[in-house]
Amino acid sequence: MTPLLDVAGVTLQYKTPEHLVTATYRVDFQVFPSERFVLLGPSGCGKSSLLKAVGGFLTPVEGEIRLSGQGVERPGPDRMMVFQEFDQLPPWKTVKENVMFPLTASGKMRGREAEERARAYIAKVGLERFADVHPHMLSGGMKQRVAIARALAMEPAILLMDEPFAALDALTRRKMQEELLLLWEEARFTVLFVTHSIEEAIIVGSRILVLSPHPGRVKAELDADKFDHRAVGGEDFQRLQSRIHDMLFADRVESHG
Amino acid sequence: MAEGTAKPLPPKRSEFERALPPLGAVGDVARPLSAFERLTSLASARRIFLLLLLAAAWQAYGAWLANPLVFPPFSAVLDALWDSILNRNLLWRAWTSIVVLAKGYVIGVVLALVITALAVSTRVGSDLLSTLTAMFNPLPAIALLPIALLWFGLGETSLVFVLVHSVLWPLALNTHAGFTAVSETLRMAGRNYGLSGVRYVVLILIPAAFPSILAGLKIAWAFAWRTLIAAELVFGVSSRSGGLGWFIFENRNELNIPEVFAGLVMVILIGLAMEGVVFRAIEARTVRLWGMQR
Repeated sequence: MTPLLDVAGVTLQYKTPEHLVTATYRVDFQVFPSERFVLLGPSGCGKSSLLKAVGGFLTPVEGEIRLSGQGVERPGPDRMMVFQEFDQLPPWKTVKENVMFPLTASGKMRGREAEERARAYIAKVGLERFADVHPHMLSGGMKQRVAIARALAMEPAILLMDEPFAALDALTRRKMQEELLLLWEEARFTVLFVTHSIEEAIIVGSRILVLSPHPGRVKAELDADKFDHRAVGGEDFQRLQSRIHDMLFADRVESHG
Repeated sequence: MAEGTAKPLPPKRSEFERALPPLGAVGDVARPLSAFERLTSLASARRIFLLLLLAAAWQAYGAWLANPLVFPPFSAVLDALWDSILNRNLLWRAWTSIVVLAKGYVIGVVLALVITALAVSTRVGSDLLSTLTAMFNPLPAIALLPIALLWFGLGETSLVFVLVHSVLWPLALNTHAGFTAVSETLRMAGRNYGLSGVRYVVLILIPAAFPSILAGLKIAWAFAWRTLIAAELVFGVSSRSGGLGWFIFENRNELNIPEVFAGLVMVILIGLAMEGVVFRAIEARTVRLWGMQR
């Protein structure tokens, strides 16, 4: 089986007014179709930068990113992003128009067809009643649902999620994680998911890439396919959780000592 | 635990769970507002009340002063306004001014959008825009009138030229500020859809920056209107029919002071209508609807 996404030896750097910062150093990983691949690490490990590089917003200074054999050069609607920030939804469009926007802007669909598709995906995330409402009337969780519907409606080759639930309250976050898994059960899309929460990584991910900070390097790649919400607190779950915790914690001691 | 100094522990209390009471017992959750409450919550009603108050103050002061040559009372001005509309073509003169204004305004707005779109897509364009606005924005448009008269002669073209100048720079400045304030996330979302170039500006940047653009449009409108009236004080739009400014100037020369005030009231009324009707309607359909402005 060939990987859908092949990230090979990717070094990412960005400039601040005073420094050239290396975000990741020679990171390799491969994502296969229908995987829920999680990039996990503390802040400063370059996981968001990696996701943006896959999205085409950052160009690697070294290494290569290939999606279905094609080199990634610029942003495109085959890699739909879901961001952490609630202001990712254009406020001048209603929920339905927001979901339709990438469909029509990318020329994938038009008019009635796009509207049908948008309605179907809004129903999938349970927001039928809010289809004609503007985003400022919605709660944070609902906005994130719209962003997910918008991304899924494009049926992208890969879904890129940049800490999509990090700004939500704990109860809503948990509900959203469950809903994401249900949606995945239904459509088996491929998702690349960035988080700094070990628990979220284990619940959401089928495979977890653990990154070390300053700069981000691959520390481990773990299997987490068998865990979901029902596994939280179970023995295996806790073992994996403390294993990852130790990896990240050991690193922190190193960097301070 | 040390005896005496420790504060008492909280009392132990029993737990409970209860079925929620039916909401019918709460009574009305929402109560309709009374007629007075509704009236006072209408911004237009409050504004009209203020205007009436100002008119009353004017009338009182004019009557007290009793010198209609310097400050005619409000009633005399209203009479003159009515008379000018019926017998002296005041509405036609206002219309002449508005048509010229619209030409200059539209050209200015289009130019401002083109320049700002260039400014956001290239760094040279951005530098050019900031330099030009820094140079020309503080320059009163009316100061360009002598040059414009030299270039284009007495007539509409000269007026349109100074109007474009008065609209272009404040609007470009506001629009550019609005573009640069668009959030990074929204920009990335737009590029994620595969948008670039003109489509990116039109579909993402302009609506996202619309509150600033609207503020710029309002400022530009006010600048244009006062520039036009001032320019018309110097000469009429054409030999046959001068605009509002010319009307004011003519009547001052003939010492028809109530007519002068009538002309000024007309200028103010058009300004109020533009702000209260046109811009308010645009706001209600855009930035307020989108929750970008309260």
